[in-house]
Amino acid sequence: MSVLELANTSRWYGNVVAVNDVSMRIGPGVTGLLGPNGAGKTTLIAMMAGFLAPSAGSVTLDGDTVWANVSIYRSIGLVPEREASFGYLSGRQFVRANAELHKLSAPGEATERALGIVEMAEPAGRLISTYSKGMRQRIKLAAALVHDPSVLLLDEPFNGVDPRQRMHLMELLTRMGAEGRTVLFSSHILEEVEQIARHIEVVVSGRHAASGDFGAIRRLMTDRPNVYLVRSSDDRRLATVLMAADSVSGVQLEPRGGVQVQVTDFGEFAVALPRLAKDHRISLREVTPTDESLESVFAYLVSA
Amino acid sequence: MNGTVSRLALQSLFGQKRWWVLIALPLLLIGLAVLVRVLSGGETGGAFEPVLVVFGLGLVLPLVSLLVTTGVLGPEIDDGSIVYLLSKPISRYVVALSKLLVAVAVTVLLGAGSMVVAGLILEPSAPGQALAVGVGAAVAGTAYCGAFVMLSAISRHAMVVGLIYVLVFEGLLASWLAGLRYVSVSAFGRRIAGALDDALEPIAGNLPLAYAWIASLVVLVAGCYVAGRRLSHFQLRGEE
Repeated sequence: MSVLELANTSRWYGNVVAVNDVSMRIGPGVTGLLGPNGAGKTTLIAMMAGFLAPSAGSVTLDGDTVWANVSIYRSIGLVPEREASFGYLSGRQFVRANAELHKLSAPGEATERALGIVEMAEPAGRLISTYSKGMRQRIKLAAALVHDPSVLLLDEPFNGVDPRQRMHLMELLTRMGAEGRTVLFSSHILEEVEQIARHIEVVVSGRHAASGDFGAIRRLMTDRPNVYLVRSSDDRRLATVLMAADSVSGVQLEPRGGVQVQVTDFGEFAVALPRLAKDHRISLREVTPTDESLESVFAYLVSA
Repeated sequence: MNGTVSRLALQSLFGQKRWWVLIALPLLLIGLAVLVRVLSGGETGGAFEPVLVVFGLGLVLPLVSLLVTTGVLGPEIDDGSIVYLLSKPISRYVVALSKLLVAVAVTVLLGAGSMVVAGLILEPSAPGQALAVGVGAAVAGTAYCGAFVMLSAISRHAMVVGLIYVLVFEGLLASWLAGLRYVSVSAFGRRIAGALDDALEPIAGNLPLAYAWIASLVVLVAGCYVAGRRLSHFQLRGEE
C-alpha cells in the first residue's frame, strides 16, 4: 500500500508555468489523471516518477522525496508515453533486461511472470520493432511490472491502441488496482477514464481543477447549466409554459420532436416541471438529461 | 559497473544503422595500409607517418570515438528511452560509467586495434613501432571518449561540435598554434607513442610526457563525472 503525495507542487519552465500549485494524494486503486492535451499531465507524471524536480512544493512517496532518489524505483513502475527505442531487442530480452536492472534474484522467472500478466508470452521471442502499438504498450507494461511494484504510473497508456487491446489493457489496470496497487494513468479521452478509474483528478492548464470520484465531481457542478430533453403531448405549448419558469433559462424545439430545456437550478426545475405540466394538461412522455457524460463536466471545467 | 547496462549499450551500438560506419573507418585504414604496401612494392618507409599518424591517429581514431561515444549516450537521451535504464534503483553514475566503459572498449578495439594492424602491414619488420602507436592510440581514444562525453553534455549537437574539435581545432589550428598541443588529445597520443619507440621520436612533439598521461586521465575522469551528473539531472520532457 503506497501513497503518492503532491503538496503545493508547481513546475515552471522560464516564464511558462506547466503545473501550478497542485496538491493531491494518490492512494491504492485506479486513479485517472484527466485533462486536455497540454494541461500538464506529463509534467505531473514526470514529477511523480522522479524525472523532474518540482520548482516549488514537494512530491513524496510514503513520505520519501521522489526527486533524485533512485531507491523509490523499487516500488515504482513507470510506463512512459514515448516508445521504447529498443527495437533491436526481443520483447523477452527487453523485459529481462529490466528485471536484471532491478537486480531481482530470479530475473528469468520474474520476466515470464510479467509476460504472462500482459499475455505477451507467445510473441515475446519476436523483435520489438515488429510489434503493433498495442503490443508495444503491453511489453512496456510488462517491463514496468517485472519487479512487482506497489505504484504504477502510466502516461497516456491507451494512445493509439486498437479497441480490443484497449479493453485488455483496461482490464489489466482494473485488476492491478483491485490488488491494492496504486495505479495512476493519464488520459485526455473521457470514456477511458470513466470506464476504469474510481477516482479522478482533473487538471486544466496546469491547475488542479477537480478531484474525487466521478459522482462527487458531478455534484460539484450542480450550479452549472444542465440541459434536458423533454418529450410531451404538446411540445410547443410546453416550451411556452417552461419559458415562464424561473429555473429555466432557455428552450428550443427539436426538429425530431421534444423540447430542449436549459436549466439553471436543477432542484427547482425538478419540482416545477411536473406541476406546470399538470396545470396545463400536458402529459410528459420522456425527461432525459442530455449531458450526463464526463465530456460535459470536462467541457464545463475547461471553460470555467 | 553494471553488466546489463553495458550489454544493452553494446547491443544498441551494433543494433542500429551506424554500426557499419564504425567498422568501415578502421577497414579503410587497414585497406589504405595494404594499398600503400602493394603500390610501393614494400618500400613503405615514408608512408608510416602520413597513414598512421595523420590519417589513423588524426582522423579514424577520433571519428570512431565520436561515433561510439555519442552512440551509447546520445540517442537514448534524445528520444527519452533512457528512462527505462534510469527508472531503476541503480546510481546514475554507475549507469554513465557502464556506458562510457563500453565506448572506451569499442574505441580501443576498433580504433587502436586497426592502427596496430595497419602498422604491422606497413612495417612488418618493426612490430614495436606499431605497438607503440597502438598504445598511444588507446590512451588517446580513451581520452577522446571522455572529451566527447563532456561535449555532448554541453551541446545538443555533440556530433558537429566534436567534428569541429577534431577537424578544425586539432587538424588545422594546432599545426600553427603550438600552444594548443596542451589541449589536443591527438598530441597526447603522439607524445605517448613517441616515448615508446625511438623511431617515432619525430612525431612526439615537445609536450612533457607526464603531462600527456595525466591530461588524458583527467579528461577521462572529468568525462565520467559529467556524464554521471547529466544522467542524475535527466529530466523527462513531455511532448506537450
